[in-house]
Amino acid sequence: MTTLASLNAVTSSAGSRPRFRDLTAAEWIKTRSLRSTAIAYGVTALAVLGFNLGVAYDTYTYWTTQAAADRAQFIADGIPLQHAFGSNAAVVMMLALGATGALTVVGEYSTGTIRTTFAAVPARGAVLAAKAAVLAAVSTVFGLLLATASFFGTQAILGARDAGIGIGHPGALQVLLGSALLAPVCALAGFALGALIRQTATTMIATLVVLLILPMFLTDGRYWSALVGHATPYKAWLRLADPGYTAGEFPWTTAGAWTVYAMWAAAAVGVGMVAVRRRDQ
Amino acid sequence: MIEANELTKRYGGKTAVHDLTFTVRPGRVTGFLGPNGAGKSTTLRMILGLHAPTSGTVTVDGRPFADRPRGLRHIGSLLDAHDVHGGRSGRAQLEALARSNRIPRSRVDEVLAEVGLTDAARRRIGGYSLGMKQRLGIASALLGDPPVLLFDEPLNGLDPEGVRWVRGLFRRLAEEGRTVFVSSHLMSEMENAADDLIVIGRGALLAAEPLTDFAARGTRAHVTVRTPQAAELIGLLTAVDADVTSYGERLEITGATAPEIARIALDHRILLHHLATEHASLERAFMELTADSVEYGAAGDLTGTPSARDLVGEAR
Ligand SMILES: Nc1ncnc2c1ncn2[C@@H]1O[C@H](COP(=O)(O)OP(=O)(O)OP(=O)(O)O)[C@@H](O)[C@H]1O
Ligand SMILES: [Mg+2]
Repeated sequence: MTTLASLNAVTSSAGSRPRFRDLTAAEWIKTRSLRSTAIAYGVTALAVLGFNLGVAYDTYTYWTTQAAADRAQFIADGIPLQHAFGSNAAVVMMLALGATGALTVVGEYSTGTIRTTFAAVPARGAVLAAKAAVLAAVSTVFGLLLATASFFGTQAILGARDAGIGIGHPGALQVLLGSALLAPVCALAGFALGALIRQTATTMIATLVVLLILPMFLTDGRYWSALVGHATPYKAWLRLADPGYTAGEFPWTTAGAWTVYAMWAAAAVGVGMVAVRRRDQ
Repeated sequence: MIEANELTKRYGGKTAVHDLTFTVRPGRVTGFLGPNGAGKSTTLRMILGLHAPTSGTVTVDGRPFADRPRGLRHIGSLLDAHDVHGGRSGRAQLEALARSNRIPRSRVDEVLAEVGLTDAARRRIGGYSLGMKQRLGIASALLGDPPVLLFDEPLNGLDPEGVRWVRGLFRRLAEEGRTVFVSSHLMSEMENAADDLIVIGRGALLAAEPLTDFAARGTRAHVTVRTPQAAELIGLLTAVDADVTSYGERLEITGATAPEIARIALDHRILLHHLATEHASLERAFMELTADSVEYGAAGDLTGTPSARDLVGEAR
């Protein structure tokens, strides 16, 4: 009769108005209880740091007397800032975080966990919102740590040649934050695609296409192409992380780039919540 | 209490569930029976709001389940023991479920102990046997101490001790006044477990009645007799209008009761080695009832025997 006895205990502690924070707490338990999550973030961090520190180390190794003479120019050209977070690292991080975000949803569909989840919480939209919230929080912390480590790591290496800069340097904070926030934006994009597509392989391909292939095709040469291109996270990151940005035929501001980040994040959460509303699970 | 009203579900052109109306009452274990592909799982998914009915409604304690923001205190369910992530520990899985429904963590330990998984709780679910996964699924269903419980083929993969335990659990849950709805495609699994039966075939309702009534549908009771004087006895029985089927020394008789047969034998000094009334078997009743609706049956089984058609005709 333990069940009957505890029935009263469970229901009385309940009286329960549903709280969103119970859902985020549950999603956090799910996130931290999967070793694969930690491994994915860890491997991504190593790869990104490897790229960034590697480039800085190359510069350090092939430092010439001529470069030493032009040290002031080297810094003025914003080259230490480019070292702080390179585009190879950004691409790796985009794809890895897109996949990680997608897996938070397709991982549940492929294993069938989603049915257990929705049977426990029939408010499906709220579940997806909680998933997005936890994913955004974890990937933002990850992005911040990684961008900070990259920044100070690369500048320390360049500093050995007296060519490093501090975080107070003009544009430094923008590069750091722009790179850090690329992580949650891409994670949420993957999350939304996962909620729409549900199948692991297809979702991964779609994430690759949307995050990487699409911006590659959208060049800055034509108005529409530039306009749509500027709306992609990768181009927004380029805009934020390139200190030597020179206005081309169709210029845009950093405020525009930040807005692109915000719109992607917001749209992704919305898509995720709507995607589960009507369909059979 | 679960109330389904003209529930219909079509997947593309395929009708999985057709015009199902039934009530599952509290305080009883209700078996949900049907051959493979009959639509049992589909019906359970609709009760849980996972799949939307094409038409019709189903309510749980008066409300569609999908309208509840949190579910575990209203329905506990086990649809498929594999519907969990193998990378998590059993305990983490239950903790996440409990947390989402604001159920105290102490309850996780209680249900783990209840299903006998305390020792395995910290191991990855991927390393669990099917029976252990079933136990974990049952633990999830019990988490919120819900008034309604749904189980889809919960006995799969359980050892005999596990089967006995689950039956005892269902009985106890029903005695506590809960609604217990358990699907199976095997009548034998329900035989000693269910109070009521809902039987479907090809998505349509075939029977909804107490188990005892259902048993009475089976082939009428007959008497078996073993005697070295079979020919003599057959003659005497046919003279009183009984139907006799002979298998050598063994006779199957309908239309005469065991006492009547004993009296005839005694009067004519016929030696009987064996005399017994064979009650209708549930299994047989089920097979006959569903014979016409077995979708994926092997050729040459009961399908299409005249008696089966008669029974299905009666049921409709
Ligand atoms: N998601 C789906 N899409 C298309 N068809 C489906 C879907 N789910 C079930 N069906 C079909 O609906 C019918 C009923 O399936 P269901 O799984 O409900 O049967 P069941 O009674 O649970 O069978 P079993 O005893 O084998 O578990 C089957 O013909 C099946 O192929
Ligand atoms: Mg089934």
